[in-house]
Amino acid sequence: MHKDLEEYADKLPLKLLQEIEESCPAGKLKKVAKKVFEEYTIARIDAGEAVGLISAESIGEPGTQMTLNTFHYAGVAEMNVTMGLPRIIEILDGRKSIATPSMEIFLKSPHNKGKDVKELALQIKETKLGELVSEYGMNIVDLKIDVKLNVDRLKEFDIAPAVVAKAVEKGMGADASVKLEGDSLTLKLKEKEDNRGLNALYRLKEKCKDVFVKGIKGVRQVLPVKRKDEYLIITFGSNLKKVFELDFVDTERTTTNDIYEISEVLGVEAARQAIIDEVFRVIETQGLDVDIRHIMLVADTMTASGEIKGITRYGVVSEKASVLARASFETPIKHVINAALKGETDLLNSVVENVMLNQTVPVGTGLPALITKKGK
Amino acid sequence: MAEVYVNGKFAGLVDNAPDFVQRVRQDRRSGVLSSEVNVYYDSVIDQIHVEGSRGRCRRPLIVVKDGMPALTERHVKQLQKGELSWSDLVAQGVIEFLDAGEEENALVAFSDQEVTPEHTHLEISPLAMLGVVTGLIPYGDYIQSARLIIGSRNLKQSIGMYATNFPLRMDMDVNLLHYPQTPLVTSMMHELSDYDAHPSGQNIIVAIMSYKGYNMEDAVIINRGSIERGFGRSTYFRPAVTEELRYSGGLMDTIGMPDKDVKGYKSERDYRLLEDDGIVHPEAKVKEEDVIIGKTSPPRFLSNLEEYSLASNIRRESSVSLRHGEEGVVDFVALTENEEGNKLVQVRIRDQRVPEIGDKFVSRHGQKGVVGLIVPEANMPFTASGVVPDLLFSPHGIPSRMTISHLIELVAGKTAALGGRMVDGTIFSGEPEEQIRKELAALGFNERGTETMYNGITGEMYEAKIYIGNMYYLKLKHMVANKIHSRARGPIQLLTRQPTEGRAKEGGLRLGEMEKDTFVAHGASLLLKERFDSDRTIVPVCEGCGVIAIHDTLKDKRYCPICGENVEISDIEISYAFKLILDEFKSLGVYPRLVLKNKY
Repeated sequence: MHKDLEEYADKLPLKLLQEIEESCPAGKLKKVAKKVFEEYTIARIDAGEAVGLISAESIGEPGTQMTLNTFHYAGVAEMNVTMGLPRIIEILDGRKSIATPSMEIFLKSPHNKGKDVKELALQIKETKLGELVSEYGMNIVDLKIDVKLNVDRLKEFDIAPAVVAKAVEKGMGADASVKLEGDSLTLKLKEKEDNRGLNALYRLKEKCKDVFVKGIKGVRQVLPVKRKDEYLIITFGSNLKKVFELDFVDTERTTTNDIYEISEVLGVEAARQAIIDEVFRVIETQGLDVDIRHIMLVADTMTASGEIKGITRYGVVSEKASVLARASFETPIKHVINAALKGETDLLNSVVENVMLNQTVPVGTGLPALITKKGK
Repeated sequence: MAEVYVNGKFAGLVDNAPDFVQRVRQDRRSGVLSSEVNVYYDSVIDQIHVEGSRGRCRRPLIVVKDGMPALTERHVKQLQKGELSWSDLVAQGVIEFLDAGEEENALVAFSDQEVTPEHTHLEISPLAMLGVVTGLIPYGDYIQSARLIIGSRNLKQSIGMYATNFPLRMDMDVNLLHYPQTPLVTSMMHELSDYDAHPSGQNIIVAIMSYKGYNMEDAVIINRGSIERGFGRSTYFRPAVTEELRYSGGLMDTIGMPDKDVKGYKSERDYRLLEDDGIVHPEAKVKEEDVIIGKTSPPRFLSNLEEYSLASNIRRESSVSLRHGEEGVVDFVALTENEEGNKLVQVRIRDQRVPEIGDKFVSRHGQKGVVGLIVPEANMPFTASGVVPDLLFSPHGIPSRMTISHLIELVAGKTAALGGRMVDGTIFSGEPEEQIRKELAALGFNERGTETMYNGITGEMYEAKIYIGNMYYLKLKHMVANKIHSRARGPIQLLTRQPTEGRAKEGGLRLGEMEKDTFVAHGASLLLKERFDSDRTIVPVCEGCGVIAIHDTLKDKRYCPICGENVEISDIEISYAFKLILDEFKSLGVYPRLVLKNKY
């Protein structure tokens, strides 16, 4: 770093200092840095500003306007991703399983040129036996099921009948034996004490439809789309870890909307960014204007503990230090009794507790105090 | 094979459903079956429903057979002579009532010109499609249906002559309009409902224009002269009722002048209007808190011991007095007995209500508005012929609401007033607007209903021609006098020591959770504390055990209920609600300890 800037090393962020150094002539560095520091101090949020509450109001107020405005995209019938208020609630609650998990899979060059997108998409899609079958024949006498495979579909999915047979054998396990003849499978029920007769055969037929044959588990739908100059695959259903293992996937840009999955695969920092991106995207599509820093603050509180905590009584609220603050949110008796069992102390350091006691709230004008020294 | 259900219960099967239904209807018309039976066939699910149960909405229609209405000229003549009545027509099967189900099978013609062989029924009159109140709205076919509904809802809240025996009645919370009039623009429903006998509005001159902005946002401006002449004046009645109740042990209430040693005795001034029997005299002017009926009750809790003590003889004050903010004149006093033979006293208070700023007025088209300004007659705009409007209505109320009937009533009313006749504005069959305009032009006025007007203050001519005419306006029962409310200091709740809630209890307006948040967001911490000071208390706290200590004012001593006297006790300032929650914690078996330390 330039020696003229050293003075500001602790006062300005490194990124800013670098920018000054790169874009200004060496002689004027000191002057520029001084001005930047002034501007920076003005832009900083004052001490004692109730940032959390302002964020809450700034997100909550426009939130009341978006309740029923859910948009439906014409033409993309099968891709109906949760948007609007339900999605925001889903994210902020920190739900483990979300309503419509979905991935955006970017492809490495040259796959992103679109030539083999369809094949790659089918490779990712979770294929079950039920999709490859043209006909089921139930042989009641021998307790067998004749499964006729759909040859066209097999070709389309690029699967050999033998592969299917192997997958079915694995999937059925001890329930049935599998035999392959040409393009039809024969499943013979292995009778057991508690699983015999016609009912068992029927159950077997239903079960074999769900046998996993190929693809990535959890990816129920795939949709290759063209965005700008490249092709990518949008999926319904998410499995980030398995998708990252594929060599044609651009792991740097591929994402999912399942924040928990991001947290597991890429870590909390990525999850924090995912929360910001997802919430911001919803707010943006609703045509609302919320400063991104409010959302960043929410994402920070949700991820500060190292794992995702929802803004619920089980999540962030349970982390509050004040007993009274927790009790004032939901289920007060539970909180008070648990606090009594632990012998907790409420230091009255935050807003709600002090409102309850009718004391000055330690924000804004409630912060400064005058201390005088008595003369000796 | 159609299934037949009678009153919703399965009854059997029928081969030819249309034939069966037709036969039931035939029998009903010829009087074999009750006229209250309805039948309908649902061809989609192949079910016949025969209904005779109560609670179905039914409406009358003229039966049509082979393209000919069953009601003939002869019927009409007989009706006019009085030889035939409605029930005769129903009995003859000329008119029948359809319920919602049977309507599905019917094809109803709107007018007799429209009738074709396919039609099964003919509308008696388009007016019959509407209810009584909606039928009162003139030119209802020139208004949005939603507004029509709003209009009829408003009509129901209007003040009028609700009953002509009102001086003998003890109705709770009723209003009576002074000088009610029948509208100039009427409808057939006015005649049918005998509206002349109980009108609820007045014909006034309305100009559609603005005036210094005092009629923006649906407000209306009223001419003070009109009010002084009696426009919109009404009387509000509210009776006070009390009775001498009997209690166990032979004790009972006594209505009469309370003794001075009665528990809860008010000031002597409050009883000044009572006569010897403890009841106010008629025509006495009463104000808030004044006692209307003096009454005492026996003490509430009577234990065996107290029976002999001196204190037990002290009776309780339980007089009826005027509520906060009420005033009026004693109108009528009635002394009777109730079903149990107890003495019953009813005192009716009357209060004259002159229109004031904030009272609500409405035309018959759902165009309601609150009085925004009362202008001296001299300052009101006037026309070339010297006509001064009674009310100024804002033009901005029209385009978005599309209440064209409001505009038509104005010209129709003008024509009626100038022509000296009533105008029929019945829905779908009223006098056509064009004809009214022609008549207006023939009377020497602009056929558009506009006139040149002059500023009442400066005398200057308005550049725009003002749309002015006669309209029927109604005063609604929502008056500011019943709603106005403010509080600076006042009563508090016993439990929380916070201000009471609601107008009746002279309560405050709550600064709620979200409003509190705005103070915090502004960092106005000290202001917030001040705002929430209503239940502030100073409480002594034992520094030893952290429990709220006791201050004995008699001995002027402070001690802790746990640690005794030899412990340091300090005063703290908290909200009473917090003291209450500490007590609630204790009731849960939780020991809340207050640890004190110096704040700075």
